[in-house]
Amino acid sequence: MVPIQWYLWLSVIVFSIGVFGFLSRRNIIVIFMSIELMLNGVNISLVAFSHYLQDMRGQILVFFVIAVAAAEAAIGLAIIISLFRNKATAHVDDIDEMKG
Amino acid sequence: MLAEIFFAYFAVVIVLTSILVIASRNPVHSVLWMLLLFFHIAGLYLMLDAEFLAAIQIIIYAGAILVLFLFVVLLLNLKEEIKGRPFSRIFVIALVLAIGMAVVISSTMKLLPPGPVGQYSMDMIRATKGGNSSIIGRVMYTEFLFPFEIASTILLVAIIGAIVLAKKRLRS
Repeated sequence: MVPIQWYLWLSVIVFSIGVFGFLSRRNIIVIFMSIELMLNGVNISLVAFSHYLQDMRGQILVFFVIAVAAAEAAIGLAIIISLFRNKATAHVDDIDEMKG
Repeated sequence: MLAEIFFAYFAVVIVLTSILVIASRNPVHSVLWMLLLFFHIAGLYLMLDAEFLAAIQIIIYAGAILVLFLFVVLLLNLKEEIKGRPFSRIFVIALVLAIGMAVVISSTMKLLPPGPVGQYSMDMIRATKGGNSSIIGRVMYTEFLFPFEIASTILLVAIIGAIVLAKKRLRS
């Protein structure tokens, strides 16, 4: 039996790699993939808790996370397409209209 | 013993592919590494006796979301984009932040109290006709019916929003 801590470690590592990619990459599509990476890291820990606490609610929550991730991917990629149509770049440091 | 070996294989491949997703210069390569990553996460779900989620992971993540990503990557012409440096100037800050976050989260792991164990033990799931999927369906359509309906609304909003955002502006 694999201890639950191993799953949590893996989840933390995947989440941190996602955070690092989100903060450091310039390409907006890879930034989006980093968000998916973070969601997957959280999903691993939710399913692990669901298994070890013998409760189905963790898996239900993962189902909803996947549904929201699908919606987020559709909206985000539509935003990327309209952004690329206006600016013809996918680098986030070239996009500074809002002076953030 | 066998479970530990399988976990080690899945964990090593998951960590390596997630690093490759982040580090690949070409977004198409990132998407393909992510495909491998999702398959291995689905294998991890199978190890945790979540067959329904393993299937959903492959069908929705690998089958729908990644194809959408690949479609957009191929739609945009990124020949010029992949020539420049892939990482931005705050590379070091991002690395420190990510490692610090990992340390903070993992230091709280020892403090986890063992929670109360629910009713869905492996023996109970094996004794149920239909197994894991049947129990998930039963819980979702009774206890979580309202969130399920809200999820359908979120997907409807996503459909409409994606069309509105991505369509060409009509000349009036």
